[in-house]
Amino acid sequence: MTLSVPLNFFLFGIYPYICLAVLLLGSLVRFDREPYSWKSDSSQTLQKRELKLGSNLFHYGVLIVILGHFVGFLMPEPLVMWLMSPTQHQLLAMVIGGIAGTVALIGASILIHRRLAYRRIRGNSRKWDITIIVMLWLQLALGVATVPLSAQHMDGAMFERLVAYVQGVLLFRPGNAALLQGTPWVYQLHILLGFTIFLVSPFTRMVHIWSGVGSLAYLVRPYQLVRKRGGSVNT
Amino acid sequence: MGQFLERLRYFKRPREPFSNGWGEMRTEARQWEDGYRNRWSHDKIVRSTHGVNCTGGCSWRIHVKQGVVTWETQQTDYPRTRPDMPNHEPRGCSRGASYSWYLYSANRLKYPMVRGRLLKRWREARKTLQPVEAWTALMNDPAAKDYKATRGLGGFVRAKWDEVLEIVAAANVYTVRHHGPDRVAGFSPIPAMSMVSFASGSRYLNLIGGTLLSFYDWYCDLPPSSPQTWGEQTDVPESADWYNSGYIIAWGSNVPQTRTPDAHFFVEARYNGTQIVAVTPDYSEVAKLSDLWLHPKQGTDAAAAMAMGHVILKEFFLDRQVPYFQDYCRKYTDLPLLVTLRRDGARWVPDRYLRASDFEGALGSPGNADWKTVGVDKDGQPVVPTGSIGFRWPDKDSPDHGKWNLEEKSGAGRDTALQLTQLDRRDDVADVAFPYFGGVTNPHFTANSQGADGLLIRRVPVRKLATKRGETFVATAFDLLCAHYGLDRGLGGECAKSYDDNVAYTPAWQEPITGTPAAKVIEVARGFAHNAEKTRGRSMVIIGAGMNHWYHQDMNYRSIINFLMLCGTVGVSGGGWAHYVGQEKLRPQTGWTALAFALDWVRPPRHMCGTSFFYAHSDQWRYEKLETAEQLSPLADPARYGRTLIDCNVRAERMGWMPSAPQLDRNPLDVARDAAVAGKDAREYVAAALKSGDIKMACEDPDNPANFPRNLFIWRSNLFGSSGKGHEYFLKHFLGTRCGLQGKDLGEDGGVKPEEVAWRDPAPEGKLDLVVTLDFRMSTSCLYSDVVLPTASWYEKNDLNTTDMHPFIHPLSAAVDPVFESKSDWEIFKAVAKKFSELAEGVLGVEKDVVLVPILHDTRGEIAQAFEVRDWKKGECELTPGVTAPNIVTVERDYPATYARYTSLGPLMDKLGNGGKGIAWNTEHEVKGLAALNYTVADGPAKGRPRIFSDIDAAETIMYLAPETNGEVAVKAWAALSKITGRDHTHLARAREDEKIRYRDIQAQPRKIISSPTWSGIESEHVSYNAGWTNVNELIPWRTLTGRQQFYQDHAWMRDFGEGFALYRPPVDMHATAPLLGRKDNGHPEVVLNFITPHQKWGIHSTYTDNLIMLTLSRGGPIVWISEVDAKKAGLVDNDWIECFNANGALTARAVVSQRVKEGMCLMYHAQEKIVNVPGSQITGQRGGIHNSVTRTVVKPTHMIGGYAQLSYGLNYYGTTGANRDSFVIVRKLAKVDWMDRVQRAARERELDTRLVEAR
Repeated sequence: MTLSVPLNFFLFGIYPYICLAVLLLGSLVRFDREPYSWKSDSSQTLQKRELKLGSNLFHYGVLIVILGHFVGFLMPEPLVMWLMSPTQHQLLAMVIGGIAGTVALIGASILIHRRLAYRRIRGNSRKWDITIIVMLWLQLALGVATVPLSAQHMDGAMFERLVAYVQGVLLFRPGNAALLQGTPWVYQLHILLGFTIFLVSPFTRMVHIWSGVGSLAYLVRPYQLVRKRGGSVNT
Repeated sequence: MGQFLERLRYFKRPREPFSNGWGEMRTEARQWEDGYRNRWSHDKIVRSTHGVNCTGGCSWRIHVKQGVVTWETQQTDYPRTRPDMPNHEPRGCSRGASYSWYLYSANRLKYPMVRGRLLKRWREARKTLQPVEAWTALMNDPAAKDYKATRGLGGFVRAKWDEVLEIVAAANVYTVRHHGPDRVAGFSPIPAMSMVSFASGSRYLNLIGGTLLSFYDWYCDLPPSSPQTWGEQTDVPESADWYNSGYIIAWGSNVPQTRTPDAHFFVEARYNGTQIVAVTPDYSEVAKLSDLWLHPKQGTDAAAAMAMGHVILKEFFLDRQVPYFQDYCRKYTDLPLLVTLRRDGARWVPDRYLRASDFEGALGSPGNADWKTVGVDKDGQPVVPTGSIGFRWPDKDSPDHGKWNLEEKSGAGRDTALQLTQLDRRDDVADVAFPYFGGVTNPHFTANSQGADGLLIRRVPVRKLATKRGETFVATAFDLLCAHYGLDRGLGGECAKSYDDNVAYTPAWQEPITGTPAAKVIEVARGFAHNAEKTRGRSMVIIGAGMNHWYHQDMNYRSIINFLMLCGTVGVSGGGWAHYVGQEKLRPQTGWTALAFALDWVRPPRHMCGTSFFYAHSDQWRYEKLETAEQLSPLADPARYGRTLIDCNVRAERMGWMPSAPQLDRNPLDVARDAAVAGKDAREYVAAALKSGDIKMACEDPDNPANFPRNLFIWRSNLFGSSGKGHEYFLKHFLGTRCGLQGKDLGEDGGVKPEEVAWRDPAPEGKLDLVVTLDFRMSTSCLYSDVVLPTASWYEKNDLNTTDMHPFIHPLSAAVDPVFESKSDWEIFKAVAKKFSELAEGVLGVEKDVVLVPILHDTRGEIAQAFEVRDWKKGECELTPGVTAPNIVTVERDYPATYARYTSLGPLMDKLGNGGKGIAWNTEHEVKGLAALNYTVADGPAKGRPRIFSDIDAAETIMYLAPETNGEVAVKAWAALSKITGRDHTHLARAREDEKIRYRDIQAQPRKIISSPTWSGIESEHVSYNAGWTNVNELIPWRTLTGRQQFYQDHAWMRDFGEGFALYRPPVDMHATAPLLGRKDNGHPEVVLNFITPHQKWGIHSTYTDNLIMLTLSRGGPIVWISEVDAKKAGLVDNDWIECFNANGALTARAVVSQRVKEGMCLMYHAQEKIVNVPGSQITGQRGGIHNSVTRTVVKPTHMIGGYAQLSYGLNYYGTTGANRDSFVIVRKLAKVDWMDRVQRAARERELDTRLVEAR
């Protein structure tokens, strides 16, 4: 799909930074101002059975997918080259991403069904709860849809281009947006929707991801923490 | 600094590891902790309590935060007790602690609601008509009354206050004008818990001439044995006095569960060395706390108690004489008094007490000689001891003034020492017949037949005295009592030679009936009496609903009271009869009656016995399967009694024994007018018309539309739900809506119909035109009402609270304003009164109203019918109002001034004074004080009168007028009593004469009330409150015929129903399961179980059973406990859904299968609502049903007696009771759990419309 250059520049050169800025600052503001709203809003007390299946499938799948994106996109190129060929790299991404993505997609489908079909859950859902799960489902669908597309050119060139784009965003490479000029619309949409999810995250239950990451601190902290009275910086 | 930015200093924070690095001390921001801290902070604390249905009377701290009640905690600032006694606090329980849930719950009533169909028609009519005309139009159109059929089926719509007040007031005005003021009735229970709220509705009703229904008897919490024995409604020790006891039997009272705030005294008494015995059929919580647990089969307790009496009489009176017991019984009981014997064929029968009037010259004590009982002094001569009721009401010039006391003196002034027995001085020995009911068969209980004729012949030592009638055989009550108990006096004949004889009433005799080992009964009786002997009476029985809710409740009670009196425990600190069943003592009673019954404006008020009213008007009498003859003694003549129980009731009402409502078959306003037109005094006019039959009493034809009650107010109560015995009958006949009734009436199944009551076919449905309920939650009663008014909850109003469990008075106060559009009861009835006054203008003016008043206890009238029972209608006597018939009084009501009168204290307080329980005093000084305190009305019909505008004004009025809260009045009251007894009692209050307890005082701290003659105990620094204390220590007579505690009841009906002396009667067979057993098969086995409804752990006392916090602790909905054995028989496992049903209806619940329960019974906790988690019943096709769906009211004729000293009527004092424990139900598994959550409205509307078309 080919967009006009300015539009392409805005969507893939500017928009990502807006999204990331809102994600970071928005999360910070929410954490600071509304600490009691910082939660995953589980509906487990309303209905368990379907949640158990859907949520497990979704979360395991999506965690692998996210980890895959991190490893795949952010691993320095020389390191990748040293380990495998671009084709192998792409194949690895397609297989693991495809399987995990499909699992997550099934999970998300169950969760959507559960959220809409049960009156109690639907009645207890905020608009964002429904919106975000639909967005995630679309994103997963788009992600999985890239697999057959990628299978059409197994040379890894397109894949490398996308990796370069993502790394470019993080490294503030000028002209980075041009990398996506002319790439298939599925990739473009997937990327746009991905950044949009970043954009809306601070306003949704997605903030619990931060806490998920934060909980890794438990791996290294001492078992018992004691706080001193009045010893704080601002009390 | 924000939470996040603070975290950026992560690496700069000092950290000090400890415990080898397993722990770490950090210095970091802690303001997030404030979140938790704020959760438990509050802006203010207000003192309040829980306003209905709980005897606890616990003072609570209500916490308010940002205008919202957040939670409550127990107050701990009660005044201390004295050294050696535990303090009262903390008081409270989980039910009370979760009350604040109600304020903001989904079930909270927020707006006035009206039944949709009614409102539609009303609005339509109001387009063209004025309010009263509009209601008239609705009532004149039969089709317009279809809203009655929708009662309980939903369809409420929200309305504005103005509009609902108009509907209610218009209906009241119309009803007063067209049907009569007595057709407007009201029901509210237990004033002590929120006196002002009760008084609001009753004041309004009494001002307009409406009928106020009693509750204590209807709830079956009234123990008729108390008025019978002591002439006292109920008077009991405070819970602190348990601690002074040496031996406590908790009999049918589950103290830790149902008296939670007081239970600590129970436990503390054990630390003090008190022996504790529990008697309950199930392994209850109190059983766990006791040293010994006896578990007689439910309903047979009287048999065990009779055996205990047998042991005590034998070992402490015959084998040896305990001086303390002898002395006590001689001085304070009727045991030394003489009872005449009547010849009946070859044998003799105990008749009535010998009276002074039986002798020529009345033994030197001529005034009221019919009402003076006689004993024998130590010389063997008959004497008239002072204190009997004849001395209480002397004529103006009689020498008997100042002789109503228990000094050991005769009426002529001689010292007397009455003798208990005449065994050694006997003239003869007579064979005396005593009725015996232990052989009566009931399929569910074991009989112990002592001969086919139901009579016990015993040898009694008698004296032959020369009386006006010639030689009369007499015996002392003591000698008769010993014979009745089957004791061997060495006179031969049939009697118990040992405890092992199967002779009534030995320990061995009770064993087959109760299943309790004889040895245990002997052990307890002995222990109880031994302790009483050593401590001079400090043995106590705590007795509860488990004993009182049976049809033969008075036998359960009197068999126990007998041995309490024998052991000299009554009136002694740490001893006596501790009945705690819904009896919340209204301590400032005489201050309250003036306000509540509007005695300051109009006297007398219209009172009615609730049970008889509901029995008649919910047409439960039409289904009565219990025949009068079944209840009679074999010695009685059944022809003297009607065929059915309602016959007895009608006679009682006609003879002035019981009140009636509605009273006459015509509007009493019209009757008064007709009398005036005829130029006659209404009293004579009505008496003549009754005699000629031109006017009939309404009770003779309760199904005649002319005699229907028309408007009903319910407030502070769940009348149709938790207290509606015969719930389904209420639905059908009283309300006219769908019901689950399964049985047939006497017309359909060819049963015996009443003689005194007109039978009408078809039976009426929907007698009530308008049901108005005030509540803060959508209760079962609200669901069936036409207008629901949202009232303030217990944390949103100002009121007063007292209890029998502790001697303090304390307030309810408004912690927050009533939420949404709710208002306090006081404000609601004030608003109704205002609207009523407006609408009455032009329809009702100053009207004369003819009021029928029964012969009242504690009035001079109570010495009315000394001997035989005579019915004027049968020509057995003249109709003399107030003597052989109800009194007929004309009063004047100023209807347009109703509001002005409601909000001010009327002039009768200055003119007639105040008083209660037969004592009267001048109250002018208090009226002046109130005028200064509350200010006076500036203008209008009540100009110059003290204002009673707010609920606090009302509270101050009560407290200012009552001796218990105004020391000056207390001294006046004691002085008034001193005149009657001839002894000075004022020292009991003199020390507190200057004290006035005011509303703000009790908001600061609960205050101990001041001793007053309204009550028989005192408040002092030396003894805890205990009933009968002043009788024993101040020698004030009990307010009975003999002036003493009575073992014997000599009224003709008492004797004919076999209850002259206490005895064992098995529960009655209600015939409710047989018609359905095995007839409605659903594939599951059925078992028949006794249906017991005790008070529970998760509801009623201070909350109801819809509090989700409490329900979470239980099973979340209705439950029925059954034994493992019965569960097995019925193929049930724990938590199965079951159905319980009988001819009265059906209910659904979950089964709790437990070892706790005795085989043959099931327990369903009282007051479980229809509104939470109740599936449909397959039997009725309707939602569930409640515990009262399977019960039906049965009235007991002996409770209808009147016109006879202590057996005279008083509101909530004496009357028929709503017993329900004799019920049996069929229990089986529910084949299908149907939640009935389909939308049914369209189908219902269609059904109603079709019915409407048919009606047209």
